[in-house]
Amino acid sequence: MVLFRKIALTVVMSIFALVMLFPILITFSNSLMTESEIDYNYHLIGKMVNVAAGEKNGFINLKLIPDWVSLSQYGEVLVHKPLFMHMFWNSVFMVLPIIIGQVVVASLAAYAFAKLRFWGREKLFVVYLMTMLMPFQVTLVPSYIIADKLGLMNSTAAIILPGIFSAFGVFMLRQFMLHIPYSYLEAAKMDGAGQLRIFYSIMLPLIKPGMAALTVLLFVDNWNMVEQPLIFLEDAFKQPLSLYLSRINEGARGVAFAASALYMAPMVLMFLYAESYFIEGIQLSGIKG
Amino acid sequence: MTGKHEGIKGIRGIRLLRKDWMAAVLFLAPSLIGFSVFYLIPFATGLLYSFQDSTVDGTFVGLDNYQAVLSSGSFRKAAANTLLFTGVSVPLIIALSLCFAQLLNRRLFIRNLLQTAFVLPLVVPVASIVMMWQILFDWNGTLNVWLQHLHMGRIDWMKSEWSMVVLVVVYIWKNIGYNIILFLAGLQSIPKDYYETADIEGASGLHKWLHITWVYLTPTMFFVVLMSIINSFKVFRETYLIAGDYPNDRIYMLQHYMNNMFMSLDVQKLTAAATLMVAAILLFVSVMLMMERRFRSFME
Repeated sequence: MVLFRKIALTVVMSIFALVMLFPILITFSNSLMTESEIDYNYHLIGKMVNVAAGEKNGFINLKLIPDWVSLSQYGEVLVHKPLFMHMFWNSVFMVLPIIIGQVVVASLAAYAFAKLRFWGREKLFVVYLMTMLMPFQVTLVPSYIIADKLGLMNSTAAIILPGIFSAFGVFMLRQFMLHIPYSYLEAAKMDGAGQLRIFYSIMLPLIKPGMAALTVLLFVDNWNMVEQPLIFLEDAFKQPLSLYLSRINEGARGVAFAASALYMAPMVLMFLYAESYFIEGIQLSGIKG
Repeated sequence: MTGKHEGIKGIRGIRLLRKDWMAAVLFLAPSLIGFSVFYLIPFATGLLYSFQDSTVDGTFVGLDNYQAVLSSGSFRKAAANTLLFTGVSVPLIIALSLCFAQLLNRRLFIRNLLQTAFVLPLVVPVASIVMMWQILFDWNGTLNVWLQHLHMGRIDWMKSEWSMVVLVVVYIWKNIGYNIILFLAGLQSIPKDYYETADIEGASGLHKWLHITWVYLTPTMFFVVLMSIINSFKVFRETYLIAGDYPNDRIYMLQHYMNNMFMSLDVQKLTAAATLMVAAILLFVSVMLMMERRFRSFME
């Protein structure tokens, strides 16, 4: 009876899991089709088709298994669309500095918020929390003006710098550090270690899962960035892959699947690789609000 | 004796505190400087603009901009839609993710694999979501094929009342995994013997859920609600890519309004609308923080 319930529950949850994975499966399976097959399947998207004109011909054709497995779409993206690789590297060189910068800057600040006592700590933290909650559009104009004043317009620095100093990392790592007992730090203090040393030799090794989780989340978030580059980067050669992909959707659908699969691959790989860390990291930082 | 002791303690305390303070400045400085330049100052300037008639040498006009924004039909529509979206999708995602977390917390096979499947949508790029969105919800899309097979009429998903539903579905699909992990962590931190004791006392399932699960999950809840709200604002990306500047009336959000004010260089309306939105968020977060504090003192 217990076994039966276990099996039933597993089956039910597996069905839900498949629904969750559906878009990823579709993207990868469709990326292996020929362009003509894709065109045939999806050419009706965005067209008004008269219902009366016939049932079968009036709909797009969602298929999981390709007629011919083909790498032609990948070839098209990688060989005939040089802009793709260019923007891939744009994305990489935008996301890497943000991740590295934010992990460093945020872990320092989080330590101050979590483990050091100073006047106005709580109030300042609430301010951080508030700006984290604000949608990007709220500070759009002043950010634009500041980027302009600093001479950052149409430069990737206009995206990297705000990315580094966003409050999310501070918030997340602080949550994480709150769980680390004071006694660890006190013991080091007794041995005559300074704050910087305590931070570096005790705190940092202990919050590794938190930093890994933050890295994954920052990667996903910034790899998918749309609004900021749209506004700060006029020059198409400086734009990240996320913008390229949003444009490719409109025209050549045949290439879009392979481009999406390639775009998704680093995130899926990184996620699978770092998942245990990531989940442990989220869990530990989430336990006590 | 005691006085001397306290004196020494006090001095040491002050010295420790001062040391802490200096260290705090050092640790905080990089973050605080960047944070001020890129977030705090923009926010404060935005607030200032919202009370002026122009961004360059503007004069103070009091609440005029606010009046203009509040009386604008598109702002009201956007605010109502945003409120509706957040008000519906956040409670819904919390209920669903809690439900799934409890199921995943039971004994079942391939649990880790299932857990991964639920979190993986987090890494699906916006552009792929948009593509799926088109395939599923287009006028000629897959969902309409299925409806046709069931002999029901087609639905114009994105141009009808249904567009909000689609938005909620996409939001939940994308973000539920994150919440499930948070709740799983919360559930696993509740000591098992609480439930065992309750079993011995013959408590019902509902009673156990209300008095143990719910109570010990409240701190996690605070975090989940906060993250869910943040993520609910991000749905704009998908909506923007699929429907552009002016989507169907039902899914015209505050972010669309602000975006369009930005494009038409109407800074006053934009900053006033932004300030109103922030005021609403501030109010909500304050209430949440107050409730959390109440809850903590109640637990102690």
